[in-house]
This record gives sequence, C-alpha cells and structure tokens, in this order.
Amino acid sequence: MNNEKHGTIIKVSGHMVVAKDMQDSKMYDMVEVGNLRLLGEIIRLDKDKAYIQVYDDTTGLSSGELVYPTFNPLIVELGPGLLGNIFDGVQRPLEKIELMSKNFISRGIKMNALSREKKWYFIPNVISGDMVEPGDVLGEIKEKKNIIHKVLVPVDTYGKVAKAEEGEYTLEEEVVFLEDGTKIKMYQKWPVKIPRRVKEKLGFGRPFVTGQRVFDCLFPVAEGGSASIPGGFGTGKTVTEQTLAKYSEADIIVYIGCGERGNEITDVLHEFPELSDPKGEGILMDRTILIVNTSNMPVAAREASIYTGVTIAEYYRDMGYKVALMADSISRWAEALREISSRLEEMPGEEGYPTYLSTRLSNFFERSGRVSCLGSKERIGSLTIVGAVSPPGGDFSEPVTQSAMRVSGAFWALDSSLASRRHFPAINWHRSYTLYFPLLRDWLNSRINPDWEKNREKVVMILQKEAQLQEVVQLVGPDNLQDEERLVLEISKMVRDDFLAQNAMDSIDATTSLEKQFAMLDNLLFFYEECKKVIQEGVSIQEILDLPLREDLSRQKSIPEEEFVEKTHFLKKEIIDKLDKIQKYSKVTI
Amino acid sequence: MSLLTKEYSRVKYISGPLIIVNYIPELCYGSIVEISNKTGEIRHGQVLEVSEEYAVIQVFEHTLGLDIEKTFISLLENEATLGVTKDLVGRILSGSGKPIDGFGEIIPDIYLPISGQVMNPTSRERPSDFIQTGISTIDGFNTLVRGQKLPIFSGAGLPADEIASQIVKQAKVLGEDPHFLVVFAGMGITQREANFFINYFEESGSLNKVVTLLNLASDPTIERILTPRCALTIAEYLAFHLNYHVLVILTDITNYCQALREVGAAREEIPGRRGYPGYMYTDLATIYERAGRIKEKDGSVTLIPILTMPDDDVTHPIADLTGYITEGQIVLSRKLYRNGIYPPIDVLPSLSRLMNNGIGKGKTREDHRQLVNQLYSCYAEGCEIRKLVAIVGEEALNDSDRRYLKFAQAFEEKMINQRDTNREIGETLKLCWKLLSIIPKSELTRINKDLISRYFVEIMEDGVESPFL
Repeated sequence: MNNEKHGTIIKVSGHMVVAKDMQDSKMYDMVEVGNLRLLGEIIRLDKDKAYIQVYDDTTGLSSGELVYPTFNPLIVELGPGLLGNIFDGVQRPLEKIELMSKNFISRGIKMNALSREKKWYFIPNVISGDMVEPGDVLGEIKEKKNIIHKVLVPVDTYGKVAKAEEGEYTLEEEVVFLEDGTKIKMYQKWPVKIPRRVKEKLGFGRPFVTGQRVFDCLFPVAEGGSASIPGGFGTGKTVTEQTLAKYSEADIIVYIGCGERGNEITDVLHEFPELSDPKGEGILMDRTILIVNTSNMPVAAREASIYTGVTIAEYYRDMGYKVALMADSISRWAEALREISSRLEEMPGEEGYPTYLSTRLSNFFERSGRVSCLGSKERIGSLTIVGAVSPPGGDFSEPVTQSAMRVSGAFWALDSSLASRRHFPAINWHRSYTLYFPLLRDWLNSRINPDWEKNREKVVMILQKEAQLQEVVQLVGPDNLQDEERLVLEISKMVRDDFLAQNAMDSIDATTSLEKQFAMLDNLLFFYEECKKVIQEGVSIQEILDLPLREDLSRQKSIPEEEFVEKTHFLKKEIIDKLDKIQKYSKVTI
Repeated sequence: MSLLTKEYSRVKYISGPLIIVNYIPELCYGSIVEISNKTGEIRHGQVLEVSEEYAVIQVFEHTLGLDIEKTFISLLENEATLGVTKDLVGRILSGSGKPIDGFGEIIPDIYLPISGQVMNPTSRERPSDFIQTGISTIDGFNTLVRGQKLPIFSGAGLPADEIASQIVKQAKVLGEDPHFLVVFAGMGITQREANFFINYFEESGSLNKVVTLLNLASDPTIERILTPRCALTIAEYLAFHLNYHVLVILTDITNYCQALREVGAAREEIPGRRGYPGYMYTDLATIYERAGRIKEKDGSVTLIPILTMPDDDVTHPIADLTGYITEGQIVLSRKLYRNGIYPPIDVLPSLSRLMNNGIGKGKTREDHRQLVNQLYSCYAEGCEIRKLVAIVGEEALNDSDRRYLKFAQAFEEKMINQRDTNREIGETLKLCWKLLSIIPKSELTRINKDLISRYFVEIMEDGVESPFL
C-alpha cells in the first residue's frame, strides 16, 4: 500500500476539489490530486478538510481518490535557462511538453522548469575566504550571447566561501561551498506569492523609454513605474504590449499571456526570434521570457501565471537588470479570481468580483520599482510593469479598470473610435494621464532638450483647444471659424496623424528615439508658430494649406534616424522660406 | 447498454434540467450517464459535481416524466466522447452528433473526447494563408486567413446566414486545389434557418462536403452545450487526423450562451453580467480556441461563429466576450441594410487581427496594407463629416470635406454594395485605388509615394478627374 501521507477526495465541482484528512497541510500548499496526480493549491482549510483549486481539467476525478500533499507553496525555479523559454502558468516548460505529449497538452504532466541535463559554464566572482551575504554575486554564467546570468547568494545565507571553482556544471551540482557546510547551486527556488527581498526601494528619476511617441512625449512612465492600458476589444492592447516588448529600453522582457489567444503567442514566437535585438547583436527572443496561459487553459493556472511571471522578473531585477513585465491581460486574471471565489461561495463584491480584488491587484503592481538590490555591493535594478486591462463593453467604470487606475502611475486609455479609424496606438489623449512627468521633467529637459517640457505643454494645449473648437464646429460648421482657429484644427490634425499615430508595422516608424521625437514635434510646433504669424499678417489659411510643406511634415516619420538631424534642419528653413514667399505674394496682391 | 452496467435508482431531487442522486461509486466528474424511467425512455446526462454523498447530473433532454422512485441511472462513459469518421461528411446529425437523416448509423474510426484537449501554444502554426471569400469588405478590409476564428456579429433580421453561406460557396485559397470541408452546427436555430442552409448546400452542390449538426429551437436546450463541441471534435478529426482544411460555422452563439445561462441558473450559481455565468469567457474560449493550425500538419480549422447581438448592442456580454477571444469580428449594420446595401458589412467596427499575416507581397499585393489603411481613414473621415452635415448642412463644407463625403458615399455604393457577386482580390484592390482618386493625392499620407506612383497611375492618368466625382 502507499505509504505516502495522503487525504481523500470528498467532492469535485469544476476546478474545485474538497479533500478530507488534510490536517497537516498549510494554506497555499501545493498538492497532487487523484490518480492522475493533477497539480493543485489549497485555498481554504476547514478543520481537516482542504479546498483545493486544481491547475488542470478535473474530468474523470471521483470522490474517494487520494490527494498527496507536498507541504510547499507554489514555487518557481530561478536560474540559468529561463531566457528564451516559454512556460505555462505554473512554470511547466511548454516546448518540452510538446516533445512529450505532442501538439496537445495532456493532463497531469510534471516537469522541471529548468533543464537538469544542460551544462553551464560557471565563472566564480568570489574566492575562498570571501565573506558573502544574501544577494551577493557568487559568479557569472553566460546565459545568452549578450546576457550574463549572475548567481546570487540565496536569502538567509551568510558565511565565508570555502571553495568556488570555475567549470561546467549542471544545475543539480553545487558550485560554491561555504565554510559552515552550506552548498550553493546555480539555481534557487522562490514562493511566487511573496515579493523577493530588496535592500531599499528607490525613487524614480528617468523615463522608461518606449520608442512610442504618444507615450514618451505625452504620457511617459518612469523606469520602475507601472502603467495600465485599458481598452475594449480590437483597440490594440496586444499590439501595443508587443510593440513595447519589442522596442522599449529594457534588458529583460517578461511577457505574460494571461487568458488570451493561442495565436497571439504564436505571433510572438514567430516574430521575436526573427527580430534582431534593437539593443545590439542577437535576437530579441534571447532576452525574453514568455509565460503563457491561453484562455482555454485551466483557470487556476491562469491565476498563478501573473505571480510566476513577476517572480521571474524580480529575479532578473535582483541581478541589476532593467526588467519590463508585460501582462496581457490583468482582467483575465481578475476573472480567474472571480471564478475561484464563486466556487468557494465567498460573498461577492462589485460585479461578482471578490472583495479582495483591489488588494491583490495593488500587491501585484507594487512589485514594480527601482530598487537597490540585496548584497554588499551597490547594485540597482528596476522592474517596470505594464498591464493591459480588458474592460467589458469598453466601460472604464468597471472594477478591474478602476482598481488598476488607482495603483498604476500611468493610465493609457485606448479608444475604440480611434481604433476604428485605424489611428494606432489608439491612445485617447484626453482620457490618458501620467503621474510620473514631474519626476522625469528634469531628466528630459537636461538630457534631450531644454524645450521638452515647454513643447509638451504646447501640444497638450493644442489638442485641448481642438476639442473645444470641435464642439463649436459641430454647431456652426468649420467655415464659420476664424482662420486662426482653423489653423489650430489643421495643426492638431497633423499632430494626431503625423506624430501621435505610429505604424508598428513600418520598419522606420515602429520606434522613434527621444531625440527624433523631440525634433518631429518641434518642427510641427515651429510650423504652427510661423503660420500663426503670417495669418496675423493677413495670409489666408487656404494659401498655407496649399503648400507642399504639410506633406513634408507628415512624412517626417519615414525619415531614418541617421538622416534626421540634417533633414529637420532643412525643413525648418523650408518653412520659413515658403511662408515668407506667400506672405510677400499676398502683400503684393493687396 | 452493456449488460455489465449497474443501474441505480437513487434519485433524490429533480429540478429543471438537474437531477441529484445519492452516492454512486462509478460516477466521476464529467461522466456521461444514461437515465431511464419506467416507460423505458432513455435520456442522457452529465455529472456536474460528485461528492461522497451525492452527485449532480445535468440532463441533456427535458426532465418531463422523470420521477424520484422509478428513475434509473447507469454509467455510460467516464467522459463525453464522440465517434468520428470520414463518413460523417455529407450526413446530417443531431445536436449531440447522432445521425438523424435516416441513412443509418455510422461506424466510427475512433472515439474522441468532445471537450478536446488544449493545443500547446508552441505547437501552433501561425495562420497566414489568405482565404478569398469573394466579398470585398472581408478580403480587402478584414482578411480571413486559414486557422482564424472570425465571428459575424449580426442583429435580429440581418442577413448573417446569407453571408455565411456565400462564404461557404466562394471561399478558396489562391492557387490551390482545395482539400476543403465544412462543418455546420446549428444551435437553437429555427427549422426555417436549418432549411435555408440545407437547401443552400444542396443547390450549390456542396452538401457532400458538409457535416451538418442540428440542434433546433425545439430540441432540448442543454444539448446545445454539446453541439459546438461535437462539431469541433469532428472538425479537429478531419483537420488534424485526415489533413483537410475545415471551415466550421457555428450559429447561433447567442442561443448557446442562453443555454449556458439556463444551466447556471439551475445550479444556483452567482450570476455575472446580465445573468450570464462568470465563467462564460472561459467557456467560450474552450470553443473558439480550438480553431487553428498545427505545425507540420496540413489541415486547419477555421471558425466562423455567428451571433445575434441583442438589440444590436456590441457591448452585450455575448458579443463582448466573443470579441475578446476571437481574432477580430465582422459587424453587420442595420443602417446599411436599410439603405439597401448588401452585404451590409460595416467596416469601421469590423476587424481581422490576423490580416497582416495573410496579405502583402507574395500573398495578395504589396500595396494592400497601406492602401486599406488609407481607405479606412478616409471613410472614417467621410462618416464624421456626414454627421456634421446632418447638423450644419452641406453648404457649410469646404471642397476637401465635400470630397470626403463623396468618398464615403461611393465607398458604400461601389465597394460594400457588391450584392452576391464573387470578386477576385485584384478587382477589389483596383476598386480601392479608383475610389481614392476622389481624394486629393497630397492627402494620401498613409501610402508610400512609391506605391502611389506605381499603382495609382495604372488606374488614373494624372490630371484626370475621378470617375466618381
């Protein structure tokens, strides 16, 4: 008979299983359920009864089958081999599962997240006699072409190094020995629901550069900050998230596909390995980790996927990297929470979501930050979180959007009317906001251009004015506006179409450096100011609109970065020349 | 029924479609049971919950005539399965996959669980083969590709069925001999709709390429929950075992969701929006996500679900959740339909997310993407101006605005309103350029200058006025 300690199933209802004789188990312990040994997590204890959410389909389970406790919470493996890999919500490696169970995922598969066979070349940073404390770098591994994986001292481990030798090791071999007998391997384990420790959370000081003009210019997020992107279906959440993953200035990307489409992941898998890394040689996939739990995969694992992702992201942050985490979508995660909560028959809060929704959500978003990492040497890492939100019916008043809005520092609202006219990224400039700009102002003004802030204010004002004028136009028609007002409408149209809209599919337009962003906008504003002058001199707006200048300005986005400095200069001169000409001409005719 | 199967009479509670029975050892979560009463009538049900004291069974048929004492339960199988074979093609089946056309039983090659398994995301092949449907608003503007799931959002009284059948008739992949089959599943549809499809398939000579599953409005509601799953199980078998390209049409998802709500209410679950269960997203996903392609396999499952938006409301949970799962949507417009435009597809809210994979150089044409972007933007502008005209009158417009207004008009009349003609993609793109001639060339900023000079000239000589002005 089986000697393993076990409980017995007394009830199965969907993903929820209740088992008795579970008195030794703790909350959030992992268990193996039934003859198939499906993975599950304890989410409620009631005397000797444990309520378990199962991470697999429970079809075929029956009361009387056994439950085997592991006495450990859900943990992830952190070590070399994470990069370039693709995992499900509970860190099972999907590519290896494919080798084992072909094209469809069969139930109850258990597998180490990281390969135990692969050998890594370990170069120690310490020599015997060194004192080490948690977070110290023991040695380095070249994980990918451009990425050095740092082996860190696990928490609660202090001591004097006895031995550390360079060489090839598998993950199960110890690489560093301490004098007190502690042996350290190249990987560690960490419970996903607990944030990894840091020395100190630091303030924000520099932007998280995305290469997207509407974000960097109007609604920047700080490195280590958090942003949420809410939008109804078809507004381009996923494309925006993927564009950010591709072009933003981060060393490591963790991309969580949480309850979304399988084919989207195929897109990522298809594109990322082909995209050369904008940050140097190699491919983008080499610094990306994918966590995938598609909408048809079990709900409980979807709930876990967010935590799995953020823990892995924190691990790389602890090495001192700039990490960006993209979660698509937070709403699907919240729905998983709701489903589990309703199976537990908890009292529902707003729209059936559990009352602890906003607590959990803020716990997740607060795991972002710019931090001083653990360890005796100073090391700064950052984790920026961008979460997509899918509000039902595109209605932002629903609980998930509202909770995300409260905790994230930048709010990038997607708009379906912009999307339907194919203005992408469909960010509504009136509804979006950022709380980070005051913190980033100095950096932008001093590093990019002293006029950055001024220009940003100007463009916001133009867009604001346009909104007001549009209301007037709705009543009296555009022809009844003054020329100066019509100019505002024309300029804001140019700002919208030629600056804020950005084509993610175009090789040049997909990403724009801060310098080019500034110059593009500066030219547009310069054009505006110059036009204003000549209009005051009596030139009609139609004459200005007939100039080819407008087209030149709108094609600024297709000028490659290298040629930009020269061409913008030329453009400004053109503006002055051409406007001068019509002004003289109109004076003559008068 | 096998003689070895044990029968139990342990029913203790019946309500709506649910039966609760005392503990039966063989039952497990998801098992399929046979239910018989004293008249010998056989029904089927599925176990929704088991515990050491009782089990909850959901009956697929009605519970009329069942009583506590003389109702017998026996285990049929541990998991709902369906016998599938190539011979299903050309047959008409019930909503749970049994032949009802009077041509006898089928002999299955294999039994497959109808709930299917999750396709490993890493095994998926990127859908990228352009399917030409012959409908400009789809081919040109919301391109369908093999392995995509693209629903039609319809309203009561709009011709979604006609459009779907037109797609079935005309769909082809350019330059390929189609190894092409259709699985059609009607859920809660009326006899009239069912006849429409069957007649259409017969007349167009495609009936021998179609597997038809029918759960009519008069059939048991709960069976509706099985119908799409059976249809997709057949489709997956044809696609991934026998290498066919399968187009699955599911109509009407609205009826399916209502059945789901009915079961949820009977189980006294906490309802979500508009009374639909909170897990509806996940449930729909387990249907829609079965579309796709698999690496190194020739077959594919392309899915076109049709749903009726209650009160034409696109934010209704059924349309909303569907839109979040599927790869785009084709939205029908009552306004266009009233104006006599057919097919009344409104391109602005419509979308195909996989379009970029299926178009461009080597697939359709290099100018396709930019061209369509430009048309979208011009049409949206035209529609905006149309709203404005309603308030301030056409006199208040300037020349440029008038051109956009004309463009919108011409777009609807020439491009959308193609009636039931079958348009090649080349024709569609040609028409696009022609329509663009209404707009001043300098405002075509979404298209590369190169492309403009290459393709525009083909249509129009410089300086000639647009034929649509």
